[in-house]
Amino acid sequence: MAKILGGITTSHIPAVGNAIQHELQDDPYWKPFFDGYPKVHQWIKDNKPDVVVNIYNDHGLGFFLNQMPTFAIGAAHEYKNEDEGWGLPELDPFPGHPELSWHIIESMVADEFDITSCQELPVDHGFVVPMQLFWPGAPHNPDMPRAIPISANTVQHPIPTLKRALDFGKALRKGIESFPEDLKVVVLGTGGLSHQLDGERAGFINKEFDQHCLENIAHNPEVLTKITRMELVEKAGAQGTEFLMWMMMRGALGDNVTELTRNYHIPISNTAAGTLLLECA
Amino acid sequence: MDQPSHDYHIEIPGTTIFDGKMAMKGYALNKMCYAFNKAVNRDAFKADEEGFMKEYGLNEQQKQAIRDRNILAMIEAGGNIYYLAKLAGIFKLGVQDVGGLQTGRTTEEFQQHLLDQA
Repeated sequence: MAKILGGITTSHIPAVGNAIQHELQDDPYWKPFFDGYPKVHQWIKDNKPDVVVNIYNDHGLGFFLNQMPTFAIGAAHEYKNEDEGWGLPELDPFPGHPELSWHIIESMVADEFDITSCQELPVDHGFVVPMQLFWPGAPHNPDMPRAIPISANTVQHPIPTLKRALDFGKALRKGIESFPEDLKVVVLGTGGLSHQLDGERAGFINKEFDQHCLENIAHNPEVLTKITRMELVEKAGAQGTEFLMWMMMRGALGDNVTELTRNYHIPISNTAAGTLLLECA
Repeated sequence: MDQPSHDYHIEIPGTTIFDGKMAMKGYALNKMCYAFNKAVNRDAFKADEEGFMKEYGLNEQQKQAIRDRNILAMIEAGGNIYYLAKLAGIFKLGVQDVGGLQTGRTTEEFQQHLLDQA
């Protein structure tokens, strides 16, 4: 049977893609951020997952407002990284695992989680930057697992509640762990932490709220489901709502997890950047 | 149940909740910006801004905001920052330039504001 080994969270700021392209890992601005990743690299090397379920939010590449799924799951043989309009290099396609995708889709819809299936899904920086961070050289890293993208809507309100995000992860876990093949799976929750790009409050960062989320997500995620969506916008910033992806990932990890590494740094670009590695019991 | 009406939101200073009401208001503007994912559309806009805006059916408020390079006015006209970022890219503006323009700071002052929150 497939088994979930653990979950990894990271911010997916586009500027990180540029920093990687220009090899700025040891630059004084970037070093405190990239220092959060060696332990993750070691864990990946030790565990070698076969599949990565990458939970991210599309930012206007894969979806437009004409049709905006609240939860979408990729079910393709490969996922293309396409031009987003502002100069990030395009990476080669990421191989998928459509059999597991369809198994998850069947399981979740049977479990009354009605989602959108995607046989084509161009993936943006929200998907590829975490892949580049965890598997340097992605998608050509020799340990690169096959990928399943899951995108949740944080572009337009209404966005899902934090409780729904956590419950999504729980249903996802059932779908993955009922797959008959022996596969090792890692789940990513990407985006966040606090940031706001738009309006007179642009540049808003909230260290205290981020710390509250980081303190509770591993062992007390239910507490975080009490946060309303508007409270999330108020405290995490308009784009800090990406924390929903972390909640979706957390739900997929089961009750007991061990926190293996944590990093938090202000600022990277306009964002408070957070990284967390949680291993399943 | 946590279910507000479609355009309800609490007042968060300096923050526009991009809800159904704003999504309807800004549809043409955002659709044009979404088209900027493709280089051919970015080039067409650069060659003829007015013609491109007309083709996508922008209203006068949206057109004027773009003529003025006024980010806050674009948001007021229904623009969503994820799509507007693609337009900002055409104008060679990064997210910190855009942050400065919206908050009355130079880009350097805006970057310092971010650093000050560490």
